[in-house]
This record gives sequence, C-alpha cells and structure tokens, in this order.
Amino acid sequence: MNEIIREIEREYLRDDIPDIRVGDTVKLYVKVIEDEKERVQPFEGVVIRRRGGGTRETFTVRKLSQGIAIERVFPIHSPRLVKIEILKRAKVRRAKLYYLRDKIGKKAKLKELR
Amino acid sequence: MALGLIGEKVGMTQIFSDNGEVIPVTVIKAGPCTVVDIKTSDRDSYTALKLGYGFIKEKKVKKPQAAYFKKQGVEPKRILKEFRVENITDYKVGDELKVDIFSPGEKIKITGLSKGRGFQGVVKRHGFGGGPKTHGSQNHRKPGSIGQSSDPSRVFKGLKMAGHMGNETVTVRNLEVIKIDEGRGVVLVRGAVPGPNGGIVYLYKLQEGRNK
Repeated sequence: MNEIIREIEREYLRDDIPDIRVGDTVKLYVKVIEDEKERVQPFEGVVIRRRGGGTRETFTVRKLSQGIAIERVFPIHSPRLVKIEILKRAKVRRAKLYYLRDKIGKKAKLKELR
Repeated sequence: MALGLIGEKVGMTQIFSDNGEVIPVTVIKAGPCTVVDIKTSDRDSYTALKLGYGFIKEKKVKKPQAAYFKKQGVEPKRILKEFRVENITDYKVGDELKVDIFSPGEKIKITGLSKGRGFQGVVKRHGFGGGPKTHGSQNHRKPGSIGQSSDPSRVFKGLKMAGHMGNETVTVRNLEVIKIDEGRGVVLVRGAVPGPNGGIVYLYKLQEGRNK
C-alpha cells in the first residue's frame, strides 16, 4: 500500500473502536439519516467476518430477526457508528464464520469465552 | 483545453463524507508544474503554457533537450505538456503551478493512458454476450456473424471485432474534486481515473459552457 494513501486514510481512521473480533456478539448504534431527520438505530448480532485494511476495513454482523437472517456490512471506521458495545465473546476456530449461514437453532450457537 | 496540471495516479481508496457516506476516490499526486515556455499569438499564432513535471537525472536528459531547458532557464523536467490558456500574461517562465488551482466540489477532466490489455476477444473488448457454455454449444466466445452474403460481399468498416485493447489515451470528464491536500500536493477525485497506479495523468479545468 502506497505511503501517500496510508497518510490520507489516517485522517479518517477512528481510534475509539473497541477490539471487535469474529465471534463477538455486538450491539451497534447506527446513525440513520432520513431526509432531514437523524436518529440512532440499534443493531445486535454476531460478527462473522472482518476484512480489509485502512478506511476500507469492514465487518459483517449477522442477526436473526423474526426468523429471517439479516447480515449487514459496516465500514469499521464509519462515523455513522455512534457506539459499539461488545456483549459476548465466543470461542471460534475460524476467521470467517460463514458456516453459521447453514446452521439453525441450537447449532448456530457459539460457545462463550470466559 | 484549459489550464491544468500534470500528475501521477497514486491509487484508489475510500474516505468518509461529513454525513458518514463512503466516497470512492482516486488519489492523484499533481504538480508542482513549472512553466517552461509560453506560446504567444504573435510568435506561435496560438496561446498556451508549456508545463513541465517531474524530476529527471541530468545524464538522462538528451542534449538538445538540455539546451532547450538551459535556454529557458528552468530545471529539466521529465514530462512536458502544453495547456491552451487564453490569458498568458498572468504567467511567466519559471512560475510554479500547484494543486491550489483546483478547489473542492469543482468538476474537472482527466486524461491518461489506459492499461494495455493486449489482443483481446470480442467478449472482453466489446462486451459481447458470447454463446452458450454447454448443451453441445461450440460457440463460446465467438463474435457470430460479421455480415451478409454476396451483397455487399465485404465486411463493413468499423465492425466490432477482436484486436488490441487498452493502451490508448482516455479522457474522463466531469470528475468531482473531493479534496485538495496542498501540503502533499495531492488531489482526491471521486471515481476512477484511466491508467495504472504511477501512470501519468493530465488534469484539466473545465471550460465554461463546454465539456458538458
């Protein structure tokens, strides 16, 4: 990666991000902009992927909502993430938890790390 | 043509706007460009600024070039390019142009040499659909019919066929300037710019009422 690009990206990087790991159950407070109004919407789920570097780094959160799975991808340095709470940390043996997509119910549960 | 700068494409990244949107940007290291020569209507019957960009080792400058730079009284430059400018009286030989000639929000035009792709088939070069992949098809990436029969008995000129792709001068207009970094001499432009990273690009200001 070019040095100039890294320097430009540095201005946009946040230093207040908690240590998000794959397998964590997180609660995100996402700023939603609807026309003029701004509000904060929570989104809670399991981090199944973290990828990229610099300003392009993203993570994917998966949750079940009324039986339907929702996956949302967030740029980790996005100013729209007002707050990030880590609720649980699980023991995982994979960098990407894509296998959760094929599991349902109890099988989709991760072992908590203490 | 209008006032502009010579620069180098650094690469692409993305930044966040004030309201948190992701903006894809190309980073271009532009300028400083030295005015090497000024074309006047008296002497050359058109007006332009000849700008030079980039460092070149002394021993790499060809002798006639070196003499020319010496005559103009400027350091030798790697790239020379003329920019058609009307009010040449504002400039004199030896002046330096920097990225501050552009401003955020401005639309500009960028010319570069696109990446060479070699001899390419019709699917990649012209976006043809190609034939079926399976079911006994023997027509996978062929161009299909290239014309009629005994009348006209020839293939029309300009028909899209396989051939050399890329490595040609490409201009993209109406690229939005997102940010200027005067300290580093860098321009951030929304979207993609022709050419490889490290390739030379020419940035032009858009003329009023043209280039729409």
